[in-house]
Amino acid sequence: MIQETEIIKDTTHLGDEGELVVNMGPQHPATHGVLHLVVTLNGETIKKIEPHLGYIHRSIEKMCESLTYRQFIYVTSRMDYLSSHINNLGCALLIEKGMQIEVPERAKYVRVILSELTRIASHELWLGAMAMDLGAFTPFFYAFREREMITDIMEDTCGARLTMNYIVPGGLMYDIHPDFQKKVKAFITQFKSKVTEYEDLVTNNVIFQSRTKGVGILSAEDAISYGCTGPVARASGVSCDIRKLFPYEVYDKVEFDEVIETAGDSFARYMVRVKEMNQSIRIIEQLIDNIPEGDFVGKTKNVLKLPKGEFYTRVETARGELGVYIVSEGGTTPHRIKFRSPGFSNLSALNHMAAGSKIGDLMATMGTLDLVIPDIDR
Amino acid sequence: MFSLEGLTAMIQNWLAANFNPTMILVLQCVIVILLAITLFAVLGLVLVLMERKVAAHIQIRLGPNRVGPGGMFQTVADTLKLIMKEGLTPDKADKLLFNLAPFVVMMVGMLLLAPIAFAKNFQIWDLNIGVLYISSISSLSVIGILMAGWASNNKYSLLGAMRSGAQIVSYELSAGFAVLSIIVFTGSLQITDIINSQENGWWLFKGHIPAIISFVIFIIAVTAETNRAPFDLAEAESELTAGFHTEYSGMRFALFFLAEYINIFIVCAIGATLFLGGWMPLHIGHWEGFNHLMDYIPSSVWFMGKTFFLIFLIMWFRWTFPRLRVDQLLNLEWKYLLPISLFNLLLATVIAIYGWHF
Repeated sequence: MIQETEIIKDTTHLGDEGELVVNMGPQHPATHGVLHLVVTLNGETIKKIEPHLGYIHRSIEKMCESLTYRQFIYVTSRMDYLSSHINNLGCALLIEKGMQIEVPERAKYVRVILSELTRIASHELWLGAMAMDLGAFTPFFYAFREREMITDIMEDTCGARLTMNYIVPGGLMYDIHPDFQKKVKAFITQFKSKVTEYEDLVTNNVIFQSRTKGVGILSAEDAISYGCTGPVARASGVSCDIRKLFPYEVYDKVEFDEVIETAGDSFARYMVRVKEMNQSIRIIEQLIDNIPEGDFVGKTKNVLKLPKGEFYTRVETARGELGVYIVSEGGTTPHRIKFRSPGFSNLSALNHMAAGSKIGDLMATMGTLDLVIPDIDR
Repeated sequence: MFSLEGLTAMIQNWLAANFNPTMILVLQCVIVILLAITLFAVLGLVLVLMERKVAAHIQIRLGPNRVGPGGMFQTVADTLKLIMKEGLTPDKADKLLFNLAPFVVMMVGMLLLAPIAFAKNFQIWDLNIGVLYISSISSLSVIGILMAGWASNNKYSLLGAMRSGAQIVSYELSAGFAVLSIIVFTGSLQITDIINSQENGWWLFKGHIPAIISFVIFIIAVTAETNRAPFDLAEAESELTAGFHTEYSGMRFALFFLAEYINIFIVCAIGATLFLGGWMPLHIGHWEGFNHLMDYIPSSVWFMGKTFFLIFLIMWFRWTFPRLRVDQLLNLEWKYLLPISLFNLLLATVIAIYGWHF
């Protein structure tokens, strides 16, 4: 018999009279991974949500400290696996900034195009999964039809479909595939002609709208105080697009709008992501014909050593702001590394957003937070 | 050839010639039970396959296509797998209720089969209160679901069962009122009378606006009553994992699964009988040639065609709509469907009194 202590508590008699404590997860169809929510219910109404983390902790940050600056980039693909290319980009940007490495224009263009394709692929998957959370199965297949074209492009370009590992400090690992431009253009045509299907099936659906409008409201003040970023904060009217505010690569050369909604509910978060896909298409359209000729990787030393000091970069992943913070002692490996992942902060707002609503609303709210659990747990 | 009228008469005559009255009744019961069980088995296989094929084609994929030609025997293989699986009873479950629940749900489906006319003069029991019988028996299925949810000793099951209870009890009302408006037109509760009254036109076309309104309400209400999407809150996969049958496995799960499809078939059969004329062929006014041509199609084909059309409609809903929330579900019933169907019943009565319908 285990002694009841501060850490080990008997949880069988938790909750007051008339309360029901339900463990949603770590294996539950709607938590999309090993997220464990301890939900206190009163009938159908949610009183409290407590996320329990740690089921997929792989100590990526500690692991990175024993890998060289060339190697650690690829571990970050396993954090937010849906925007792995953008994670890689964030790390590469930090090294390039710290060591003042010149990146060829060609590499910059390709990096941005692939980043936006990654963003679209991530949002497509989210769209399908979110519709599935609300009980509609069909949009999942429609979303995956277009996502499949992107993963095919990724496979041609770097051999991988999910964890790209295409970026090296100073540029790209290989040059792009000869068919790259043709395939991306084919994707753009396909996407533009099919986007109306999502509108018909999901956006304009009466049930979908009544399930999401006015559900899981997050005010702009709360979004800031919880540290929400990305589409979650932008749906509450907070301007926080890193691509606009702190442009990296060639984002200052292209025209695109930062999508901002003001309602702060689940439908606003949905609309932000759908409109963001269109903006990503706009960015790709501007760049795809103008990829400059030249080297795809700049000249770098064989062994990379960051100068002594602290470094921070941020990039806009599909889920929000990814911050990479490195303390360097001047060696070949980082002394201390910390990732500021968007999912963790977004998840922390869940209790505030969903407490007091129904179980069905929890799914709508959690779906629009677009949680990727390995990103939260690292 | 497909008309089953001669077949029943032939069996009846053969029985009458060879056995005494008690024996006839026993043999009739045996034949009916065997037929009903066969029908259930075949329907389960066909409807599950149909659901998967319909879903696949709505979702731009092919669906099962490996077992047998075009995946025809996929559901047979699935059933064999389910039979061989271990039926686990959870440790802290109420053993009796847990094991009884699937059979209660199944039994309700079997009882509902009795008054349905599958073809001309092909009916198990043509009782004079047919429609009343159907609506009273169909409300029993909630007991089986509540039993399953309570006995599983699982929080998800309990939540699912409570949802299902609230839902079925509420939507029974609308379904009842929708059926009543047809009763008002026909003036009889007997299934045969209802079908015969549609000889020169189905009630959906004859009954003016009230019939159309009650048809729409009927389809919505029975979709909710059979726990199908967009009203599948009782088993809401993304919320309650599998709702009231979370703890069931093996053949007992299969019974719930089968009961769902049987219920769909039965409610669609009732819908086809009341609104689309049952086994009556499509007749248009005085187009003698056309009407004569339609009569050549056997009555069983007409009945099955109409029923499967309605089943397809309900499957189409499932693969198109997201799920409603529990309070929206109850709002829809109590604030919209019920007042509309009450008003609609009044309208139907007025039309029936003045004889304005065709």
